[in-house]
Amino acid sequence: MKLTVCIGSSCHLKGSRQIVEQFQKLISENHLEDKVELVGTFCLGSCQTGVSVKIDETLFSVAPEDTKAFFEREVLPRL
Amino acid sequence: MRKFDTKVQYLKYQVLKEVARLAFNDELLENITEIPKTIVPGKTPTMRCCVYKERAIIAERVKLASGGDKSNPNINEVIDIACDECPVSGYEITESCRGCIAHRCEEACPRGAIFFDRDQKAVIDKNKCIECGRCAKVCPYTAIISRKRPCENACKVKAITMSEDKIAQIDNSKCIECGACVYQCPFGAIMDKSFILEVIDLLKKSKGNTEYKVYALVAPSISSQFTYAKLGQVIAGIKQLGFFSVVETALGADMVADAESLELYERGFLTSSCCPAFVKYINQAFPDLSEHISHNLSPMAALGKYIKTRDKDAKVVFIGPCTAKKSEVQKESVRPYVDSAITFEELQALFDGKGIDIMEIEAAPEDVLDNASYYGRIFARSGGLADAVREGLKENGISDFDYQPVSCDGIEECRTALLKLRAGRLDANFVEGMACVGGCIAGAGCLTHGEKDKEQVDKYGREAYEKTIKDAISVLK
Repeated sequence: MKLTVCIGSSCHLKGSRQIVEQFQKLISENHLEDKVELVGTFCLGSCQTGVSVKIDETLFSVAPEDTKAFFEREVLPRL
Repeated sequence: MRKFDTKVQYLKYQVLKEVARLAFNDELLENITEIPKTIVPGKTPTMRCCVYKERAIIAERVKLASGGDKSNPNINEVIDIACDECPVSGYEITESCRGCIAHRCEEACPRGAIFFDRDQKAVIDKNKCIECGRCAKVCPYTAIISRKRPCENACKVKAITMSEDKIAQIDNSKCIECGACVYQCPFGAIMDKSFILEVIDLLKKSKGNTEYKVYALVAPSISSQFTYAKLGQVIAGIKQLGFFSVVETALGADMVADAESLELYERGFLTSSCCPAFVKYINQAFPDLSEHISHNLSPMAALGKYIKTRDKDAKVVFIGPCTAKKSEVQKESVRPYVDSAITFEELQALFDGKGIDIMEIEAAPEDVLDNASYYGRIFARSGGLADAVREGLKENGISDFDYQPVSCDGIEECRTALLKLRAGRLDANFVEGMACVGGCIAGAGCLTHGEKDKEQVDKYGREAYEKTIKDAISVLK
């Protein structure tokens, strides 16, 4: 699975780094390094609703404080 | 609203704007020969002897605005017919010399080049004179003046000489493409090639970023540019030109600061590789010292590489203050990562060529530019890179390295440091070289070249959301 986090300016200011850090931690805690590829990208074209996160080709909007819940709700079941 | 410093800059801008306007409207080919008449209408000359010469020079500028002479690899070209063949006599004693008794000029001259004629007036022996200017500085009547050409004066690497017919010529084996002569020639007879057509073409063929995405990498010296508008309006304007996303090149600078500190620790001695003019200077004038140049890509290229590694079809355009960057993007080591480079001057021409008045734009909350840390942003001024490498060493937990940086502000200071290095007398282990005095904020492609405040760059740096290099680059997985 490819997990893409928008690190463009607008999302960055809304907390992309915090989300990336939490994803890194969650991936490592769940030993998913081989299954989840975490990447950054500049702009996913949805600046207003950021932070934009894509699971493969599906776009989501995630707030830094909801990262763990999002991971459990959307990422884990897809694996 | 004052966008430019001089009328020469304004003239160049008018040409760039008109070329851009026609290109955006797909009308360039059929109208390119009309541009000189559009810019110089009527019958009364305002700059030269006649409107025909004025138009002939504009036609040459149109060529440069469209990419220039492909057979000449130099970014900066002399427009022969625009060169006014200024006098080249160097320091001269004028009528103002009163034949005084003090003879401070004689005392100040290190070569004994000054003698006195029968009226006790000073005379310079041109065979002995080294054009140091010390006599002019001490004369109480300011009777000694320099008749050195402004272009020659601006060129601190001595790449400009006079041809037999007194036209300025650039020695490509010495030129570092810093653009100092471009800005300094009062007749605008030296101009940097422009690749705005390349950029317009990239934007058009992206079909609104559906065929591929076009990224704008903006240099941190933007903090001292477009001061008549808000940064958000500039960002929104760049997006209206058709760019998909605007990214801070300062993030690339964070990447470089991190990598450079590690490389420095490993190798023990480095000269910086961020300023393409400094790198070129070492390779040309001090090839024996090339081995010390950092292997890091420049911030522009490092960030371009990051983007293209993740988005293989992406196109990357650098927007900055620098003419030498236009040459850097043509280097084999950089070409895969950056497609084109334009200056702030040219960005203004693109805005106006497309009819975008950035002051009229209501910038949205997402029209922000914030990816880098304080340290990435201060690369724009002299001393910033050395500060960032110090921070990089600290953040990488390197404490057993006695960091001794020297920041060379302008190519003359670079030369001094390199001469010392060659002689084994340089008291430093990291050489930060910036070809422009003040750093990138004084680059030749700036809109305004006023007194640039280091504080202004630092203030912009402090506004960065990220406070450390590691935090800024931690998202780059």
